[in-house]
Amino acid sequence: MYIDIRQQAFDPWQELAAYRERLPAAGRSGACAVFVGTMRDYNEGDSVRSMVLEHYPGMTEQQLEKLVGASCQTHDLMDALVIHRIGEVTPGEDIVLVAAWSAHRGAAFDACREIMEALKSTAPFWKKETLAGDQGERWVTRNTSGS
Amino acid sequence: MTINVRFFASLRERLGLERAEISAEGVNDVRDVWQAVSDQPLDEELLVAVNHNYANLEKIVEDGDEVAFFPPVTGG
Repeated sequence: MYIDIRQQAFDPWQELAAYRERLPAAGRSGACAVFVGTMRDYNEGDSVRSMVLEHYPGMTEQQLEKLVGASCQTHDLMDALVIHRIGEVTPGEDIVLVAAWSAHRGAAFDACREIMEALKSTAPFWKKETLAGDQGERWVTRNTSGS
Repeated sequence: MTINVRFFASLRERLGLERAEISAEGVNDVRDVWQAVSDQPLDEELLVAVNHNYANLEKIVEDGDEVAFFPPVTGG
């Protein structure tokens, strides 16, 4: 299990390739499900120029470990990976990477989604958007439903 | 005999306060902590954590605890 919070932009596909190289479950896992969340250049009908992602150092890491650990147990995962950005993010940059490895696809798909939904609703991150065209800044007040 | 209080995101901006240190004397639960730092009613939507774990307003706090108040989370 690997969890990281990054101030710098990251390439999820490179991260995934590098993690696979040293995956303890290599040869045993038959499935890997991956989710990548990317910043859009619009939200609620407005153009967004950039945003700042804030977190609660200490609690955010602990909460991620808790929710990923719970999914690993529930779905009997062989491994899981979560990387999340903080700081200033611009449209097109990736915000979050979730990967789940298991023996079969069902558990990998289910766990990947479960981790992502739990992260969205319980991991202490907050987004503040800067709108395009000098429209000012605003806090994102809630996440959209994942269904 | 202190309790460390932290505020995040829009709540921090609204209160103009990132951290507060309050005396633990006479403070029993999270609700008491909020009343010691703000004269405004506690917004129902706000979330609370004690020592990095989610908690409710009735959670008993002790000397040295860190209590955090913050709005609904919006990561991912």
